[in-house]
Amino acid sequence: MKSNPIFVSLANLVQFISDGDKIAIPKDTSGVAMSATKELIKKNLKNLHIVCVPIGGIQADMLIGAGLVSTVESSAITLGEYGTGPRFLQALKNNEIKMLDSTCPAIYAGLQAAEKGIPFIPLRGIIGSDLLENRSDWKVGENPFSEDDPIVFLKAIRPDVCIFHAHSADKHGNVFVGRNRDLITLAHASACTLVTVEKIIDDDFLSDNLRAGATLPAIYTSAISVAERGAEPLAFGEEYAEDQEFLTKYSIAAKTQAGFEKFIASWLSA
Amino acid sequence: MNQASSAKSKIELLIASIARSLEGCRHVAVGASSPIPGAGALLAKHLSKNTMRVSILGSERHNFFTDGGVELFDLAAQGRIDAFFLGGGQIDGDGNINLVGAGDTYPQHTVRWPGSFGSAYMYYLVPKVILFREEHSRRVFVPKVDFISSPGSSSNNIYRRGGPMSLLTNLCKFSFNKNENEFRLESLHPGVTLEEVLNNTGFSFTHPKKIPVTELPSYEMMNTIQSLIQDQLSEIYPIFAKRMAAFQKG
Repeated sequence: MKSNPIFVSLANLVQFISDGDKIAIPKDTSGVAMSATKELIKKNLKNLHIVCVPIGGIQADMLIGAGLVSTVESSAITLGEYGTGPRFLQALKNNEIKMLDSTCPAIYAGLQAAEKGIPFIPLRGIIGSDLLENRSDWKVGENPFSEDDPIVFLKAIRPDVCIFHAHSADKHGNVFVGRNRDLITLAHASACTLVTVEKIIDDDFLSDNLRAGATLPAIYTSAISVAERGAEPLAFGEEYAEDQEFLTKYSIAAKTQAGFEKFIASWLSA
Repeated sequence: MNQASSAKSKIELLIASIARSLEGCRHVAVGASSPIPGAGALLAKHLSKNTMRVSILGSERHNFFTDGGVELFDLAAQGRIDAFFLGGGQIDGDGNINLVGAGDTYPQHTVRWPGSFGSAYMYYLVPKVILFREEHSRRVFVPKVDFISSPGSSSNNIYRRGGPMSLLTNLCKFSFNKNENEFRLESLHPGVTLEEVLNNTGFSFTHPKKIPVTELPSYEMMNTIQSLIQDQLSEIYPIFAKRMAAFQKG
């Protein structure tokens, strides 16, 4: 397996990401590459434009707090039952990030436009929301097949890279995502896909009809790393539950920049 | 009644009230971070003898989606979801909701909330949207929201089949009159007075001369709520479930 260049170490995985990239990351329940987040922070990337699909959690908050992010495109940043992302709040208050407030289906639709290679996609709703006034990449147009039917046109979202955590990869680099279809949308829409997996299985998922439909084919994937419990402290499907103690401590520590930095330093060295 | 049991019975009242307003729905969806609406929907499902479908975002068990996060929005667009829940850091008398922030100007609001989630879409497309906000105060129920995440109504040429049906709070339940574009007080929770609601509401609303008291949960509902919360909600809302379990013991 080592001869296949698609399998790399975590440190090498993040070498595919450059300063200024538009990077798409999934919501907390879809498979967040938290182990790789450590490497992102160590690499000290700058000016990232994060696209949270469709909302961001602790990963987005950490990347913001660590100073990697200049633009946040998201429908929400939240730690769920642990509150709003404290570093996100502070960065917004200090005017350190550009905020592209969105709504969940608009993020999905923008990615779906990229999947199809089309420049924009229409979507219902949104008209009359103040979100629209703050988005130069959203425009109200007319339904060309009807009269007096205004509809919003969203510019396609084409991330330079996406990074996520999935259940497993086979030896060919096919990634089993199960029901987490968001990961397939992410990969289809992005120019480069980086994946961490719980394990590599000596098998071919595409030769098994029961798994093939829930598999991301290797053609989309640039690199894969094994990261056992790679979504921790977040829950990962039925594999493991969220680390409530970690999340509680983070939500308190990250209320100040100093507290955040101390917390991250100890997390990176753990 | 001690403080814990009073808080517990208030939550049970809210859950039961939500369940009653969902009667007859074929498919109810519940968004993220909504434990009480989640419990209300599961209770309604139980009362419907499981003929109602309930989809809870973030749940593995109560969620039949196999097409990722986009499926909820596609279902809504096709008219396959009858009811959904929205809240807001601010809600005004026109039914506009604000999940973004308050004070000063966007994006540097004095107070910033997580964000608009799917509201700028679901509010337009799901026929029955139940607005739910426990805190009933003038900082929440304002004359006019500081940021419109999603408007309560739209002009006639905007494609819209959904909107606010009701607003449930810690104090009372309102309905929303789409023709007049205003809230109407439907019932007061036990022990709450009209004066209390007036004092804590920043927008004007209408009310009947004699205002009914919100119906209490039935015995069957109470039993179901207890088992629902212990057995089913802990998967999705572990902290909420713990809080409720502590009430049961207390």
